[in-house]
Amino acid sequence: MKKVYANAKEALDGVLRDDMLIAAGGFGLCGIPELLLEAIKESGVKDLTFASNNAGVDDFGIGILLQTKQVKKMISSYVGENAEFMRQYLSGELELEFNPQGTLAERMRAAGCGIPGFYTKTGVGTQIAEGKEVKVFNGEEYILEEGIFADLSIVKAWKADTTGNLVFRKTARNFNPPAAMCGKICVVEVEEIVEPGELDPDNIHLPGVYVHRIIQGDHEKRIEKVTTRPREEA
Amino acid sequence: MAWDRNQMAARAAQELEDGMYVNLGIGIPTLVANYVGDKDITLQSENGMLGMGPFPYEGEEDPDLINAGKQTITELRRTSYFDSATSFGMIRGGKIAAAILGAMEVDEKGDLANWMIPGKLVKGMGGAMDLVAGVGRVIVVMDHTNKHGDSKVLKECTLPLTGKGVVDRIITNLGVFDVVEGGLKIVECAEGVSEDELRAATEATIVG
Repeated sequence: MKKVYANAKEALDGVLRDDMLIAAGGFGLCGIPELLLEAIKESGVKDLTFASNNAGVDDFGIGILLQTKQVKKMISSYVGENAEFMRQYLSGELELEFNPQGTLAERMRAAGCGIPGFYTKTGVGTQIAEGKEVKVFNGEEYILEEGIFADLSIVKAWKADTTGNLVFRKTARNFNPPAAMCGKICVVEVEEIVEPGELDPDNIHLPGVYVHRIIQGDHEKRIEKVTTRPREEA
Repeated sequence: MAWDRNQMAARAAQELEDGMYVNLGIGIPTLVANYVGDKDITLQSENGMLGMGPFPYEGEEDPDLINAGKQTITELRRTSYFDSATSFGMIRGGKIAAAILGAMEVDEKGDLANWMIPGKLVKGMGGAMDLVAGVGRVIVVMDHTNKHGDSKVLKECTLPLTGKGVVDRIITNLGVFDVVEGGLKIVECAEGVSEDELRAATEATIVG
């Protein structure tokens, strides 16, 4: 059971192909699998569909795969920070499926739990509900949403042990656990790989059963909107 | 005369009760945090955090710690972190007592539109549809009219909806309304605004 790979390119060897569905973790630029995205760019695979809350910015995150036209479709809740995305979408080069953020997260989580569909009241009466089955429970309408069963999951965690147990850090956890759960193969990049026993078994955020390949690397961890407050005068 | 942004935020803060778990949207709703006073309010950030603290001091920004508006923030002693599915589980499950959020349009049936204008750049709904469908109480804070002076408090929303029949209370720069059977009920007028002026500026049916 070898899960640790030398780098992103090796960790993705044999799992990439054109026209595949990839679930990616991250919220904005926080907790995104930046090394794996770079390696996907280098591989040249194309016609990719990404289930990812956002699409990065023009030169970071999924944005780098938009520049090289490797992305066919995005399943996202918010894509506002990316000019190249807008250009491709408005010109018809890029397909976009908007999902409410919680619906997107639950579609990933559900698939990872073997649940092909679930009913939610999110989006009832809006254009999100168009074409979807409606069912009434206790007098209230709910719509059917389907699980996202991805071909590949790419996620970023803080630490992993060599068996794939993961720990995330602060709000960089976000979509990473549900994205990790919903793929046939899950590749994880972390800041530090440790030996089994070094992570507290009671504080594992995602058990290694979901994780197939791990790499350690240096992360840029870019901040999208630096916001500060003035220091009080002493 | 009417309320300014900070006065609207201060009025919205009066809606919050001690012990509440609350989600604040971007814009004026974010300012509400400045006016909660002594009330014990826990702020939720839907990217996976309960107990959101203030912005960090310069030099103390952490790329792993942001709010739903992608801004750097800090944690508190009570803070907990969780993944996005868990975060929206507590939202959808009604565990978050209230959401205060902005709107482009709202109508007398409690319909809310705040995520897209057809033909213009579309950014997405983010977590807004989940929030309005799930939380205990939806409070909208918005300007009463658009820049042409037309009412944004309508008989029926014209923009694509974020949620249908989801709004409980509307706070504008001119006053406060509740969504009730048959239309909107005036709760109060803003400082220096008469009830006649409030009615005249409002397209929605006012009852009671």
